[in-house]
Amino acid sequence: MMVATALALGACGQPAGPRNTGVYLLIDTSGTYNRQVSKAEQIILFALSRLQPADSIAVARIDTGSFSEKNIIAKATFDERPSTANQQKRAFASRIEKFIDQSTPAPYTDITGGLLQAIEFLKEKDPGHKEILIFSDMKEELAKGYVRDDLPLDFKGFDVVALNVTKLRSDNFDPREYLTRLDTWKSKVEKGGGRWRVINDLDRLDGLL
Amino acid sequence: MSMTSLLAFTPWPPLSALILLVLLVTALYLARGTAHQAIHALAVALSRGFRLASRAVARAETRLAARNRDVLLAAGREAKERIVEREFVRVGDTVRKDLASYPDMHRRLSEAIVRIEEDQEKAVEVPPDAPGWAQAVQVVAKLDTKSSGVDILSDIHKSMVKAHEEAMEDYRKASAERHALLRRMMPDWRLIQDTLGRVNKSVESVLERGGTIDRHMEEYDAIVRGEDRAVTVLSSSSIVYFFVAALVLAVATAGAAVNFTLIARPMAEMVGGTSFIGAFRTADIAALVIIMVEISMGLFLMESLRITRLFPVIAALSDKMRVRMIFITFAILLLMASIEAGLAYMREVLLQDELATSALLRGDAASPVNGHLWITTAAQMGMGFILPFALTFVAIPLETFVHSLRTVMGLLAIGVLRLFALVFRILASGARHMGTLLQQLYDFLLFVPLWIETRMAAAAAQEAAEEAAEQAAEQHGRVEAPAWQQQGAQS
Repeated sequence: MMVATALALGACGQPAGPRNTGVYLLIDTSGTYNRQVSKAEQIILFALSRLQPADSIAVARIDTGSFSEKNIIAKATFDERPSTANQQKRAFASRIEKFIDQSTPAPYTDITGGLLQAIEFLKEKDPGHKEILIFSDMKEELAKGYVRDDLPLDFKGFDVVALNVTKLRSDNFDPREYLTRLDTWKSKVEKGGGRWRVINDLDRLDGLL
Repeated sequence: MSMTSLLAFTPWPPLSALILLVLLVTALYLARGTAHQAIHALAVALSRGFRLASRAVARAETRLAARNRDVLLAAGREAKERIVEREFVRVGDTVRKDLASYPDMHRRLSEAIVRIEEDQEKAVEVPPDAPGWAQAVQVVAKLDTKSSGVDILSDIHKSMVKAHEEAMEDYRKASAERHALLRRMMPDWRLIQDTLGRVNKSVESVLERGGTIDRHMEEYDAIVRGEDRAVTVLSSSSIVYFFVAALVLAVATAGAAVNFTLIARPMAEMVGGTSFIGAFRTADIAALVIIMVEISMGLFLMESLRITRLFPVIAALSDKMRVRMIFITFAILLLMASIEAGLAYMREVLLQDELATSALLRGDAASPVNGHLWITTAAQMGMGFILPFALTFVAIPLETFVHSLRTVMGLLAIGVLRLFALVFRILASGARHMGTLLQQLYDFLLFVPLWIETRMAAAAAQEAAEEAAEQAAEQHGRVEAPAWQQQGAQS
């Protein structure tokens, strides 16, 4: 009777809907940033350690054309059983390790395409909490013929976190470029209804996930 | 209507205010009598209402106290009946155990006594035969013969010595036989002593139990008569039992929490780690349900064993059915305990797996396997197996808690009702005094007209007194002639 009462009371105060988390990690592999890719492994392993059974994760690269399923390096939705989820995490970590070793630099950086792909992926998974992690300098360089202007990016219910946003050589000459770049992305995300954050200190990832 | 507009009916607001004040005071003065009556009526109504509520609460408290007393006496009577019944069973057991073997014991005692009697008869000392030769020797010694007498005497002497030796030999033999017979009696004496000792012990035990039953019966009589002393004793006992049972239940709850920790993690492997029912994980609820089922089985087991009496239905079952129930509940408990031991083992395996995965994700080197890990695993399994059985005994403090809770809650309710009655009485008195105070405050606003009224009343009273004095003087003059008239007549 006490258990039933507690359950009834608990059910009253809780919103319905999924409680799992979906993470989409975009890794910039453009020429200027490819050297930082090895640091991305640290982020991925951290994310894996924080994720629980039934959570989803996907890691995709940002290259010339990022709006493609082919850019997804690894993806997984963990099993409900903790032991199986642990096995999946180990397998995922090994696939990421292989990718980091074999990563080749891309000539262009299509961040918007990657974000669109992330939004599609996470909307399809429909987790309770959606988080897009962008491991990039946030400098978008599109190849000729790729149209990304005025694309409707729907970030409602998304947390977008830019990680390790390095300063470019030109930023050192004019820091306004760096600040403007970040502001532009922030306004894009917030305009789309999402929440924007920047974490540059990879030793302080406590607030992540 | 704002204050500014209210004071604007003359060009000078202070004047307007003064006029308004005068009007207000006048109105209040005119309505003074009615207002006083209204305040008085309100105060009286409130006071009566509170007093009525206080009386109602006091009556409820009295009824509750009587009800509590009945419940307490009934519980005490039942408990005493159980104790006396238990004591009678013990006495019955003692009597059955010891007196069942009484015929055998009696037979053995009789046989032992018979054997002792026989041996005693045999052991009676036979006095040695008196020497028959002494007189003959005297006669022969008186014979007047010189040579033949000596020979005869010599022969007789020899014969006597020989006879004496034989007699002594016979005596020694007879004594030895008697001693042997007496020695043979020793075991019989010991047997009699032991048997009588046992009988004495049994009788003492029965007497002791009888004394205990007498004491309990006296207490039972006091309860049946509904004596205040019995109620006080039962009440204080209930409070003590309540706190002791609460303490034991708290310990049991801690045990259940440990049990829960042991099985909650592996339950996630069985029912999934992400599904929720309300705010709680399904795995946690499943673990909790297992523990609750174990406690329920423990309750049923205790009930079937007639250690507790929470469920009259189980107590009323036939002995055959009850024994079946004992076996069934014990089997379920054993099964649950085994499952818990397995889950506890699984928990350790999962924990190690998770630690290994975390280490891999952190990029740490694989830690060497701890050689003593089996101790933790075995301890967890042992706890998983033992705790369900340990939780079985929760039934005993639970029963005490439930029974004493009734009394304690009743006492608390009485205390609360008593407090309410007191509060209502205070409110009733307060309402009465508040009415008087409000009347005084009302008069305080009208101190000017009241002062004038008092002065006028005083003046009127003085005037009336003077008039009364004049009238009295006039009347006095009419009755007795003035002094000057009397003096004139004399002159």
